[in-house]
Amino acid sequence: MDMKITDKIIEKHGLKIQEYNNIQKLLKRDPNFLELGIFSAMWNEHCSYKSSKIHLKKLPTKGKQVIQGPGENAGIIDIGDNDAIVFKIESHNHPSYIEPYQGAATGVGGILRDVFTMGARPIALLNSLHFGSPSHPKTKNLLNGVVSGIGGYGNCIGIPTVAGEIKFNDTYNENILVNAMAVGHAKKDKIFYSKAKGVNKAVVYVGSKTGRDGIHGASMASAEFDENSEEKKPTVQVGDPFTEKLLLEACLELMKDDSIIAIQDMGAAGLTSSSVEMASKGLLGIELDLDKVPCREENMTPYEMMLSESQERMLIILEDNKEESARKIFKKWDLDFVVIGKTTNSKNLTLKHNKEVVGEIPIEALASKAPLYDRKWKKKKLTKKNIELKKFKKLKIEDALIKILSSPNNSNKSWVTKQYDQMVMCDTVQRSGSDAAIIRIHNKDKAIAVTVDSSANYCKSDPITGGKQIVCENWRNLISVGAQPLAITNCLNFGNPENEEIMGEFAECLIGIKEACEFLNYPVVSGNVSFYNGTNKKNIYPTPVIGGVGLINTLSKPIDHNFKKINSIIILIGKTFGHLGQSCYLKENFKIEEGNPPEINLINEKNNGEAVLNLIHKNLVISAHDVSEGGLIVALSEMSIQSKIGVRIEKAKKLRNLTEFFFGEDQGRYVLEIDKKNLSKVEKILKNNDIFYENIGITQKTFFEIEGEVKIDTNDLFKKNNQWYNNF
Amino acid sequence: MRSSVIVFPGSNCDRDVAVALEKMQFKNQMVWHKETSLPKSDLIVIPGGFSYGDYLRSGAIAGKSLIVEEVIKAGKSGCLILGICNGFQILTETGLLKGTLLRNKNLKFINEDVNIKVMNNQTKFTSKYNLNQILKINIAHNEGNYFTDTKHLEKLKKDNLIAFKYCDENGSTNDQFNPNGALENIAGIFNEKKNILGMMPHPERMIDKVISNTDGVNLFSSLIN
Repeated sequence: MDMKITDKIIEKHGLKIQEYNNIQKLLKRDPNFLELGIFSAMWNEHCSYKSSKIHLKKLPTKGKQVIQGPGENAGIIDIGDNDAIVFKIESHNHPSYIEPYQGAATGVGGILRDVFTMGARPIALLNSLHFGSPSHPKTKNLLNGVVSGIGGYGNCIGIPTVAGEIKFNDTYNENILVNAMAVGHAKKDKIFYSKAKGVNKAVVYVGSKTGRDGIHGASMASAEFDENSEEKKPTVQVGDPFTEKLLLEACLELMKDDSIIAIQDMGAAGLTSSSVEMASKGLLGIELDLDKVPCREENMTPYEMMLSESQERMLIILEDNKEESARKIFKKWDLDFVVIGKTTNSKNLTLKHNKEVVGEIPIEALASKAPLYDRKWKKKKLTKKNIELKKFKKLKIEDALIKILSSPNNSNKSWVTKQYDQMVMCDTVQRSGSDAAIIRIHNKDKAIAVTVDSSANYCKSDPITGGKQIVCENWRNLISVGAQPLAITNCLNFGNPENEEIMGEFAECLIGIKEACEFLNYPVVSGNVSFYNGTNKKNIYPTPVIGGVGLINTLSKPIDHNFKKINSIIILIGKTFGHLGQSCYLKENFKIEEGNPPEINLINEKNNGEAVLNLIHKNLVISAHDVSEGGLIVALSEMSIQSKIGVRIEKAKKLRNLTEFFFGEDQGRYVLEIDKKNLSKVEKILKNNDIFYENIGITQKTFFEIEGEVKIDTNDLFKKNNQWYNNF
Repeated sequence: MRSSVIVFPGSNCDRDVAVALEKMQFKNQMVWHKETSLPKSDLIVIPGGFSYGDYLRSGAIAGKSLIVEEVIKAGKSGCLILGICNGFQILTETGLLKGTLLRNKNLKFINEDVNIKVMNNQTKFTSKYNLNQILKINIAHNEGNYFTDTKHLEKLKKDNLIAFKYCDENGSTNDQFNPNGALENIAGIFNEKKNILGMMPHPERMIDKVISNTDGVNLFSSLIN
């Protein structure tokens, strides 16, 4: 008996009546309940990118370094010698808010599968986390749950979690952001794709059994929260990193020969999206016999099997005569291995249950004919207000600095990173806490640098500039450790796209990202869009997160941002104007989020970055740090805090406002520690390249000092920077 | 010297320790948990990780697996056995080492470089270290809080069976520098015959200056002699 499809059922599936009418047209009949569920899974925002596609298409995705851009399980770049890096970032915001441990854990599991599906061994995990105010009653529980979930999964599967960011802002009180990024290493000539080829090829189900968890997870991620959100707990999947470890090893073992035609993980929308994607890319049909699907529970219906988001499962299309050898591998790892169907030339998704066809949908109706919206959007009105410092109470520089360093957003996060295994696999050259983490390519003398960044405040006040800024900051973080930035992945977290202002934030952030990526030759190779972040009409700040990967060709001496010795010269690269709009200074000291973000000058950004990289490559830099949130003084203190080496900064010459000089967040700047004996060489290179720089002081023992203004023992600085969590 | 690294489903430091052994010129073999016999070995290593997902209790299921019966036999007949992290937990489950590893006192996973002190250098595992030498070694575990009964603790002390203790950078062992709450700061112990060592810190992570330091090298080079 099939359920009658009413308007209410359509709405419950997250489909608009208009969309339902389209389904009727495409099928030339009414869908049954199973088919409706499948359409709902494929046509929701999360799987179809229906609101974002038009804008995403404008992003630069090509370059000499790009092997695979967006559209596959993950992006792939070439790092030479037949080595390729496979990486992607993805959101798991909604599940993590409902069930923080499992939500975050399965976020990690899902992104790992995207990477090893392509034939890569994962070598690093990163994350970007945004929580509500620390004083909000839910924050502590969410934070602890998410951090344990990320650690629980990564530590168990044995892939180091090496970098990330944690930010707090009221805007995420009811909708946290949990973005996870995975990076893997593959051989360039041994990459696996999801495109099916050939008719009558075996479709094999491997991994865990299918349960009733996660049904309609993707639809949940495509709707706003309301007061009943907590009731959605059953739609959160449950992760099992142990099984994923087995699946990882079994897949990589199978990938050693040429048994696989196509492989796709069962992520959002499970069996539905994996089978449809493989068939759609190969312009084929696919027939599944649902009686054969390994189930965890009894009497599961076709609807439940097709929409379950149970974790740690893969779908593989095998070459002829490879079934037995492949089965052996999965048996060795105690995993299910069942041929559940075949490819066909019908161009339909055909579903059989109890020997009957229970659903039949043209593949293209689910994929290429999915809705596509050019949603209306509004340009953001920028404020004309300039920040006038004289309107604010004058603060002592030392007090303002301490306030920033001891704030939740800027305090040391080692209480989190200590819960992640950062060293397993024994290739972590630089752990978290620096501008970027460095991971050696196993058995080689080269490495990659990885980092994730976001700047929601900047994006909120001016999405175009904000979009540019994150790309640039990410680029700078890689440069600061001596890496040549190669490509990015992005996770675009926004509010409700049906709201013109929110859609405007999205469109404009993408304009900014595009411009910066194009100028810096820093293409986007993978990514994910997460809309509907918000509750009851209150949307989060636009929060695009950028994950970047760079290459370090020879690993003789990694650079980090800790001062190395006393009596070094400190050089500031880039011009300081003293921009305080949207600054950390105003936010932490006066609770004010006002003004425009700092301007981005892409020409300076590129020139400064290239010059710094050149100096590092010539071994002329002892330590380096990019100047970002909090301005120059925060950058300097971060260089002092771990090393406990102090500085003496000359009182800024000329007529400058010291607050603006030290706390201004002007972009394109770096602080470099230079050995005295190399100063003339460094200056010559900077002058020859027309780089603006200032010689601002020297490193010294014990004291962090700005002539006549600030004098703090670096041990105290360390304490202030580490105290927040202990009191939380 | 021939070494065997036992690989359980969920082991994740197996490759790391194999790299270290090969770097130190061991002829190493990986041995899958379903095997029923061991290749001829002078040293058996049980690596870190989450064997069988650490379900039930860390190391509990691995302690009952097929190959472990062979490991127990080898251990009893004097073969050198090194259990690191999850390997230490497994060794306590088999009874080859006494005591147990409880959850860390802060109830959280801990990954950091800690100082440990060499308490006995008159063993095949530690002969290249100096007595009381301080090593900086990475730890990464949920359950590293060593506990045993008073009688056994007395025996450990009397027979010099404590291999390593957590300490500060000057070698002082106190509560403040006890990362996981282990009894008397114990980081590793020997069996009575001193042919079996279980330790929570990961020496295989400390064999390469580019990555960390070389404080773990002497453990492997002690063994090769």
